[in-house]
Amino acid sequence: MKRGPSAFNIASVVAGLAFLHLPIVLLVVYSFNASRLVTVWGGFSTKWYGALLRDDQLLAAIWVTLRVGLISASLATVLGTLAAVALVRSGRFKGRLLFSGMIYAPLVMPEVILGLSLLLLFVAFGLPRGFWTVTVSHATVTLCYVTVVVQARLISFDKALEEAARDLGCTPLKAFFAVTLPNIAPAVAAAWMLAFTLSLDDLVIASFTSGPGATTLPMRIYSQVRLGVSPEINAVSTLLVGLVATGVIAAYLFQNRRRGRDA
Amino acid sequence: MKGRPRTGLAALAPFLWLGVFFLFPFLLVAKLSLSDTALAMPPYAPRVDWSAGWAGVRAFFAALDFETYARLTRDSLYIASYLSSLMFAAVATGILLVIGYPIAYGMSRFAASTRQALLMAVILPFWTSFLIRVYAWIAVLKPEGLLNTFLSQFGLPELNLLNTDTAVYIGLVYAYLPFMVLPLYAVLEKQDQSLLEAAADLGCTRTQAFWRVTFPLSLPGVGAGALLCFIPMVGEFVIPDLLGGSGTLMLGKTIWTEFFANRDWPAASAVAIAMLATLVIPIVLYQRQQTKMIEAGR
Amino acid sequence: MSTSRRPRLNIGAVRSSFAPWADPSLEPLVRFEGVTKRFGNETAVNDVSLSIYESEFFALLGPSGCGKTTLMRLLAGFETPDAGRITLAGEDLAGRSPHQRPVNMMFQSYALFPHLSVEQNIAFGLKQQGTPKGQIADRVTEMLALVRLEGLARRKPHQLSGGQRQRVALARAIAPNPKMLLLDEPLAALDKKLREETQFELIALQQRLGMTFLIVTHDQEEAMVTADRIAVMREGHIVQIGRPAEVYETPNSRYVADFIGDVNLFEGAVTAADGKRVTLATPDCPVGFEALEDDRLAVGSTAWLGVRPEKIQLHLDPPKEGPNRMAGKVADYGYLGDWTTYVVELESGRTVRAARANASRLVARPIACDDLCWLTFAPDAAVVLTR
Repeated sequence: MKRGPSAFNIASVVAGLAFLHLPIVLLVVYSFNASRLVTVWGGFSTKWYGALLRDDQLLAAIWVTLRVGLISASLATVLGTLAAVALVRSGRFKGRLLFSGMIYAPLVMPEVILGLSLLLLFVAFGLPRGFWTVTVSHATVTLCYVTVVVQARLISFDKALEEAARDLGCTPLKAFFAVTLPNIAPAVAAAWMLAFTLSLDDLVIASFTSGPGATTLPMRIYSQVRLGVSPEINAVSTLLVGLVATGVIAAYLFQNRRRGRDA
Repeated sequence: MKGRPRTGLAALAPFLWLGVFFLFPFLLVAKLSLSDTALAMPPYAPRVDWSAGWAGVRAFFAALDFETYARLTRDSLYIASYLSSLMFAAVATGILLVIGYPIAYGMSRFAASTRQALLMAVILPFWTSFLIRVYAWIAVLKPEGLLNTFLSQFGLPELNLLNTDTAVYIGLVYAYLPFMVLPLYAVLEKQDQSLLEAAADLGCTRTQAFWRVTFPLSLPGVGAGALLCFIPMVGEFVIPDLLGGSGTLMLGKTIWTEFFANRDWPAASAVAIAMLATLVIPIVLYQRQQTKMIEAGR
Repeated sequence: MSTSRRPRLNIGAVRSSFAPWADPSLEPLVRFEGVTKRFGNETAVNDVSLSIYESEFFALLGPSGCGKTTLMRLLAGFETPDAGRITLAGEDLAGRSPHQRPVNMMFQSYALFPHLSVEQNIAFGLKQQGTPKGQIADRVTEMLALVRLEGLARRKPHQLSGGQRQRVALARAIAPNPKMLLLDEPLAALDKKLREETQFELIALQQRLGMTFLIVTHDQEEAMVTADRIAVMREGHIVQIGRPAEVYETPNSRYVADFIGDVNLFEGAVTAADGKRVTLATPDCPVGFEALEDDRLAVGSTAWLGVRPEKIQLHLDPPKEGPNRMAGKVADYGYLGDWTTYVVELESGRTVRAARANASRLVARPIACDDLCWLTFAPDAAVVLTR
């Protein structure tokens, strides 16, 4: 007897979702506002999108952000998947507690602390701050998210499959690549996407660890936001929201279709 | 098992990586918090004089002291911002629980297919840039913003919320709502329906069954959600910076200001260490709870 | 009502004296009247009428999906009937939600509250009734003793074995002293040995408490052992209601005969029926079948003869004259320890199962595959079925 949702249930869900989505919807709507005043509707226009294309600084920031995201997400996915395998498959090993602590702590640790500590590391080693320091910092933080996502999938993965592969003559390494990895691939892909999005999104850590010539998009947006609301930011935000939403919804539909096929 | 040592080797790479880029930097923060400011680049002293060899290292350690911490306790600004950070995070966590629980519970009551879509709808903002979501509220809350436009249409008095503590609360609740809803939903959705039937069979009304069975069983989710929100909120920077006023004191903002504006790196480090010391217990709690949940799922 | 504390130590003999359903002056405890329940296009329970009497141990038996669990859940209040009504002690249950009904259910999954200890689980229903604290403690102690879990009061469900959990679930459902206990596949999760032991414990418990038990099961042996009466269900209908021996020995259809126990079903054409005996012509038995049957079946109509394997004798030498004689050869046999089951292929080509008790350890002439043999059964060993 699964009770359906009551009126109260429906009301809370609708109100909650409205609260979560309304501000973003307003932001998107006003990116098409012809008026420079954000709150006055001056008719439909795409001129702010045109303005974006002429903003060289902004374009440069987008380019930096994409490169940082691609490289750091890939790095984090490899390292994070390894960490997940280690945590799930090898039972107890020396330093496990410390290891799992290092995985979970960055998930909740205030970004300001992470940024500050990474910056001090780079300063201590005399490394010039720039593109690579941001990339490495993002990889470090997003690695932990990757581990959590992949770990969840690995736990539900039937270990007998891997053992069957071993039984049929695979080395542990071969068994991992031939059987385990193809089966956890959707989770690994999702983890990569998460890492990429987090990198795309990050302001605080990038502000600490970046240097001249490596201004990321959030840093650029932040410096403009401090000066006030402007339709250009609405436009670039809309593009970013649209990009991410498309990716996430596509991934969701893809996964749903797979599930439908499996069932 | 021959496989053990090999997976152990695989674990070594991320382990080393985190050791170098996560663990070690904290030692540096701790060290820096014991240093003094200096008009140099980087702006702190002492630094190890490697050319002097062992004597240089000794001199370095001798120069470390707790002066920065002493300075922090003398300045009421730091203490106020410490307390107000905890206050913001605690109150916001409470509000999040009150708002998030009915949402998560409501979601869990829908049919499985609808639940998937609802989950998606809750997760979607989480994938959207944090900065952009906070920025979206500026347009809503500012004096000539959308909220006031809306209110004035109904002849209601205008509200000046931007750059107030209220705006910070709105921002915190808004930004962290998915983090509260998701762990709650995860435990509520898994709940065995036959337990509710058993409670009804043993004489519980729906409300009684909720308080005697559903709610106690969802406590791990309540704990996870509360920790997941509370810890990062204590150190939140973007929200108080963009939505709060000049009087809004939060540690994240303090660290940022000390670091970027005042170039007082030791002070920033000391504040970070103080914050970390406060958060160590919740962080350990969170880690233990996550590990336990994973063990249970095995 | 004198039925509440009947002695039933000698299960076979005394049990048969307990028959409230045969007494028209008695009012049943529960009455289903034309109850129908549909889920979408499927009719889970179809126009079921059924009476269960005070202190009865009643079993709903049928394969999965036959509607037996739905019928029980209708009584517990988890489902609402689309038609018909259900009364408990003369009172219509319509509109009463599960928490208002004085029946308790033992769930198939046990549904023990994982956050509560054994004693808290057992006290749950009592607390809900507003029983004073001291009385709750006494009742919990009593229940723990009843199900022999005295030492485990403070354990959590996940610290218990399957059998212990089953007993906690039982104690929890009994503790509020319901008018009736509903048991949904109560033994399904236990292994065979424990299941058999627990069956007898359930009977003893029901005896001691004098409580009315309704059990839902797909296991015919469980129903046979525990119940006073069994209702055999099929596709939402009740096919037959009767004592275990009745449904086993005098099934009213091929479905019941086949579902309860093993049976050999022979199809034949009625050649004579005099109101006492029926003779059938069939290719399986050239000399013809003869069986006891009161009904005067129409000559030429099709009827079936159901014969249980243990009621068929197997001979290595040709038997003397008489009906119900069939020749064949042993195709296969299975040694079960106490019994040996033989599969005999008749000359007509069909196979028949015959069981033989292994009465002595040594057999003079062991029977092997491909041995020629003869099968016979007495006219009163067969049941004539017309549907």
